[in-house]
Amino acid sequence: MADNGKQHAPHRGDMTGAKALWATLANHGISTVFGYPGGAIMPVYDALTFYPEVRHVLTRHEQGAAHAAEGWAKATGEIGVCMATSGPGATNLVTGLADAMLDSVPLLAITGNVASHLMGTDAFQEADITGITLPITKHNYVVRDVEELPLIVAEAIRIARSGRPGPVLVDIPKDIQLAAFHGEIPAPHARPEAPAPSPESVERALELLRGAKKPVIMAGGGSLDASAEITALARAWDIPVITTLMGLGAFPSSDPLWLGMPGMHGSVAANRAISEADVLLGIGLRFDDRVTGRVSGFAPNAAIIHVELDAAEIGKIIRTHVPVRGDAKQAAQLLAEGAQPTPRPEWKAQIEDWKSRTVTPETYGAGYAVKAVVDRLRPDDILSSDVGQHQMLAAQLARFEKPRRWINSGGLGTMGFGLPAAIGAGMAEPGVRSVVIAGDGGFQMTAQELATLKMYDVRNVKICIINNSFLGMVRQWQELFHEKRYSEVWLGDSNPDFIKLAGAYDVPGYRATTAEELPAAIDAWLSDPKSALLEVVVPHEHGVFPMVPAGAALYEMIETEPVRSPDLSAQMQDAAEEASEA
Amino acid sequence: MTDTRDHLLSILVRDEPRVLTRITALFGRRGYNIRSLSVGSTEHPGVSRMTIVVSGDRGVVEQAIRQLEKLHDVVRIIDHSLEKYVDRELVLVKVAITPESRVEVRQIAEDFRSRIVDVGRHALTFEVTGDEGKITAFIEQMRPFGILETMRTGRIALTRGSNADIPTHVYHEGETQALQPTLEVQPREERARHVPNLF
Repeated sequence: MADNGKQHAPHRGDMTGAKALWATLANHGISTVFGYPGGAIMPVYDALTFYPEVRHVLTRHEQGAAHAAEGWAKATGEIGVCMATSGPGATNLVTGLADAMLDSVPLLAITGNVASHLMGTDAFQEADITGITLPITKHNYVVRDVEELPLIVAEAIRIARSGRPGPVLVDIPKDIQLAAFHGEIPAPHARPEAPAPSPESVERALELLRGAKKPVIMAGGGSLDASAEITALARAWDIPVITTLMGLGAFPSSDPLWLGMPGMHGSVAANRAISEADVLLGIGLRFDDRVTGRVSGFAPNAAIIHVELDAAEIGKIIRTHVPVRGDAKQAAQLLAEGAQPTPRPEWKAQIEDWKSRTVTPETYGAGYAVKAVVDRLRPDDILSSDVGQHQMLAAQLARFEKPRRWINSGGLGTMGFGLPAAIGAGMAEPGVRSVVIAGDGGFQMTAQELATLKMYDVRNVKICIINNSFLGMVRQWQELFHEKRYSEVWLGDSNPDFIKLAGAYDVPGYRATTAEELPAAIDAWLSDPKSALLEVVVPHEHGVFPMVPAGAALYEMIETEPVRSPDLSAQMQDAAEEASEA
Repeated sequence: MTDTRDHLLSILVRDEPRVLTRITALFGRRGYNIRSLSVGSTEHPGVSRMTIVVSGDRGVVEQAIRQLEKLHDVVRIIDHSLEKYVDRELVLVKVAITPESRVEVRQIAEDFRSRIVDVGRHALTFEVTGDEGKITAFIEQMRPFGILETMRTGRIALTRGSNADIPTHVYHEGETQALQPTLEVQPREERARHVPNLF
């Protein structure tokens, strides 16, 4: 880590609210905080100089701080911490908090606020951040008494990590940061044990599984920490496993039982298996609409067993026949113990047939490039993605042998997530390569975080930009559902020279524009001792398939890219040029 | 959305700023319709009690309850449709009167055990308490005379019997400290559930 001029003051002196905050964070083992200072949080940043055991990472935008904290949390399973000042600083965290809420990421956000007596007066840089973040946090607090500050922070950390994890925000008025603190710094709360599933529910689930002729297991983001148990469960019963976008890595991709990802851009095998299954065992998931497609057509023949910690998710979208409320780890273990594998040769043969319908991108394009990159990854590498076509391609084509190696914005679909998340993950695990695949659109939403890479001399972040000069996913929808009216999705004329942009931050850049150039460019990029950027320029018009159109059932999926008329490329180019001229 | 009807929920919450917003925002965001809402303090310092009438089918109400249970400020939820309860509403009704109708209006009010709380030259204001049926009946009886204004408090309810809705174990050993706006919070799993145990 570069010395950024931090003054290490050994004497901590009189305790203030701000110092109590850092002492509490340090007591909780928080080693890194991503943030950005400002007027209303200055006492906290001043007190930071007395706490060298906590590293503060200065991002270039508060949104970057929030996503970096998310990347940290998703890679490690531990809580991520971000920090911002009042008003605009706090509102810049909002996207990251919403993202963490939808993806159940344990996150602690600390915001400064104007002094207590100014709150509610529309003071300079005042925003009602607890009001604003009410629906996108698990809980939030305004600290009104300095003596409560450490207790609130400890409690916030407990809430963020317990049960179904999520973001918690603590808003601290400036006078509270400055006030004298006389209390004790609390020890961390013990992590509460997840509730065990009831024996009755497990027994009913076992009964269903025993009678199943076409069973399938579907594992979501809530199953990542139960990966070993789920693997044992699936092998014991010999049941194929589908992992959702958030659950990728919960089951090893190399296992013959793995069917891929379900849903809108899911694999043929996963979507067909769901549509044909007679018993579907869902573990740690919430049946997002991108997974289910049209709900009435989801698993139409299946009895649903739903293992889930959050009672509110059971029966929310999909009618559940056997709810198993509790810890995924314990439930999977109990279900594995009751295993009675029965041979199901027809079901297996059917699944093998579907699996053979995997689409491998053969011609040079976004899919080809993503595959070339992900094939080069090692099992330990962390792969992050931004949001768009490249994300779905990476999810389809990457292979994960273990959990917490895949980091992306699932529920909120936040463009700009990729780079800061990869930085956060890379800082959490400095010995591991943190690779991010982004599109030319999303990358530019948080490209300023290249400066964070430079400042902290992070050496393990590898950025790959799949550049098709379009907002590719929107373009794909416009092609399919809006008669190719490419409205406001052409970026090509205004894109920067990404290599030069990276170079401006001392990040070395590599470029490939053809299939022939690609292998050497990837090698040079990955073997660069520094963090580096690879731009892969691909044809404009490639889509992501298979695809289930919005509102369709999973069995109505389009398996392969529709055949285009020969002049389609030209048409698209014309349309794009017209759009950019207009 | 079959079997749409009103459900009466009592929600015990920590008495902290913004709790009402948290609860109503949850109903608003998820599209549950609040028909009536009343809030007041309880016999325990730091705990407030909300009575919410929400309309929807059984599934909607169960989902609403489970979402509410996730809120950190919610101590306990009672779905009154699952057991016997008493409920009341207070209504002020201002009824137009004429010299000819005055006696008859007063007689009806007396039949309903209603009290006159204000006397005007051309109107009487009555206070009526009772369950929904009684209040509806009272208003229907008065309607022919001309109802000038009404104000209803919203329904409130308590479970019948001698059990208190806030069990003592919610409080740890000490009396009220757990639900004071201090930060020692009962783990959610230990909170008594009054919703059907599906799990």
